[in-house]
Amino acid sequence: MNDGVAVHTHALTRRFGNLTAVDELNLNIPAGCIYGFLGPNGSGKSTTIRMLCGLLTPTEGDATVLGIDVLADPESVKRKIGYMTQKFSLYTDLSVAANLKFMAQIHGLGKTAARTRIDQQMERFSLAERQGQLAGTLSGGQKQRLALAAATLHEPELLFLDEPTSAVDPESRREFWEFLFEMVDHGTTILVSTHFMDEAERCHALAILDKGALVAEGSPPQLLQDIPATVIEIEADASITRAARKALLEATDIFDVAHLGTKLHALVDQNRAQPLDYVGNILGSAGLQGQLRKIDPNLEDVFVMATRDIRPGLAT
Amino acid sequence: MSWFSWQRVAAIARKEFSHLRRDRLTGGMIAGIPIVLTLLFGFAINTDVRGLSAAVVDEANTAASRALIADARATQVIDNLVPANSPWEIEQLIRSGDVSLGIYIPADFDERIARGRAPYAQLLVDDSDPQILGTARGLSGLTLTPISQMRDSGIFEFRALYNPERRTAVFIVPGLTGVILSLTMVLFTATAIVRERERGNLELLITTPVTSLELMTGKIIPYVLIGFVQISLILILGTLIFNLPIRGSLTDFYIASGLYIVSILTLGLWISTVAQNQFQAMQLTFMTFLPQMLLSGFMFPFEGMPRTVQWFAEILPLTHFLRMVRGIVLKQAELSSLTSELWPLAIFFVVMMTLATWRFRKSLD
Ligand SMILES: Nc1ncnc2c1ncn2[C@@H]1O[C@H](COP(=O)(O)OP(=O)(O)O)[C@@H](O)[C@H]1O
Ligand SMILES: [Mg+2]
Repeated sequence: MNDGVAVHTHALTRRFGNLTAVDELNLNIPAGCIYGFLGPNGSGKSTTIRMLCGLLTPTEGDATVLGIDVLADPESVKRKIGYMTQKFSLYTDLSVAANLKFMAQIHGLGKTAARTRIDQQMERFSLAERQGQLAGTLSGGQKQRLALAAATLHEPELLFLDEPTSAVDPESRREFWEFLFEMVDHGTTILVSTHFMDEAERCHALAILDKGALVAEGSPPQLLQDIPATVIEIEADASITRAARKALLEATDIFDVAHLGTKLHALVDQNRAQPLDYVGNILGSAGLQGQLRKIDPNLEDVFVMATRDIRPGLAT
Repeated sequence: MSWFSWQRVAAIARKEFSHLRRDRLTGGMIAGIPIVLTLLFGFAINTDVRGLSAAVVDEANTAASRALIADARATQVIDNLVPANSPWEIEQLIRSGDVSLGIYIPADFDERIARGRAPYAQLLVDDSDPQILGTARGLSGLTLTPISQMRDSGIFEFRALYNPERRTAVFIVPGLTGVILSLTMVLFTATAIVRERERGNLELLITTPVTSLELMTGKIIPYVLIGFVQISLILILGTLIFNLPIRGSLTDFYIASGLYIVSILTLGLWISTVAQNQFQAMQLTFMTFLPQMLLSGFMFPFEGMPRTVQWFAEILPLTHFLRMVRGIVLKQAELSSLTSELWPLAIFFVVMMTLATWRFRKSLD
């Protein structure tokens, strides 16, 4: 398959009026992996996926999906991909089986092929006992399994999943990812958007999007290694964390301060020597007390680092 | 993969049927709208009316004038007499809906009769109500018993106030089939695609190999069948309740109806590709319904309309269907003699289907 590249984009851009939803995105997504789009709401994940599916025309730039130029031939792309929309988009007033049957026919599966495939999918995604139930009455996890079953009926080479687990419990989320790993083992390429760190961690490679732009890319270990900051964890009394954060944000060599549960993570410029003393001094001069610890960065730190607002006068 | 697959069309049509089965409201509307409208229109044009109120101005106040009033009352059509002082007051009373008829007898009533100078008196009619219009025509044929030497059979000058058109039940019911379908058919299809867009189903559907033409075709097939059900329902009600005679061939009638149904369904499809939401689709439906009802010759005689309006009305499917259905049902016309009405419908169908298919984009742009 095309030198093992599933998706390639060059300066892919989409504007809605004055708003640039996707800003000169350059992507190279290898085939046979789970590739994640990580970004806050409104960062352009859905817009990017829609452009790659041939649903939205890019304002500028090019995209090649499975070797096909999406702008020139979106319909050929649609035949080869599976797409699970962010919002549940099967028919809530049709039964599980009727929805699958409809999608199978739309994808041109023959009668007997469709029947075997539907049974197979219902078995695999534990929907068999619910086949007569209306899709609208399924739980979040069941809906999501149905949507995945429908999106993979025609065994697409490339699967787009737009925040597939945002409406389900952690247990269903784990189970859902098992399905994804299984599919990748069988050679499917999966492009999944998310705003969950634990999901992002499971991807083979990640693109962190912020305001439509690619702000970091790489495998999770690579991203952790490349973070240009030392992370200092601050454990302090809950009453002073806000004041501490404020004081730290004013310091020149601190990129950002993230709130993680009861703790603060200060992202200190990695070029700064003695980061522990540096943070301690800042807190001390503000009259604040806390326990400091240098820790290994996690993906959340990478994310905060990548999507932080650049403050004027700050070293980068 | 082919550009047109009947399998996909059938899948869409079948799915549409499933929606209808679950959707009680639309399901109810399929039978409800034709039944209610046929009964409403049908009874409204029933000419056998009794017990109306009439305003009376008797400026003559002679034995002859009083006899005329008594005779009018004896028909049992007029039940209640409301004295009034002037023709102007009669009009006021009619306008306000207090009375449906007005009798004006001028001061020189006796003299007019003696000299045979018609009109002897005036009957003012609230013909905004077709029911009353028919009745008044009956009254205007009244002859005065005491004055047997009268030359005319009519005593009253017949004056319709608002709309001088004359209609009868048989004339209306066949046309009603077209009017009702031009509402229901368009409404159903106009909302069909918009609803999928609103619910988010469309985003998934347009990421599949389905083509615009397959989608459009699949969307109208169920409604063609529903259209035939509705038209049969109206026809049955018309024959059973209003004694509608069906003089021409039923086959011809159904062929003409079939062509009419598919052509207005494509109008709905086109609306569906223009409207952003179901409310807009509904508004646009009424915007196409009103001109069809008003200008097709259903409400007002086609010949009475200005030239330019007539040209416009020739575009409307209902105009052609009305001519066909009146021809077939009432005048026993053969379909072969109605080709001049068939091809405008065929053209309308092709143009609208092409427009809808072309306008519908498999994209979210
Ligand atoms: N059809 C649209 N019209 C106008 N603005 C849009 C449209 N779709 C998305 N946007 C805007 O583009 C930005 C990116 O949206 P989206 O791609 O949905 O982000 P995400 O999926 O990452 O939450 C948002 O600011 C959103 O409001
Ligand atoms: Mg999104």
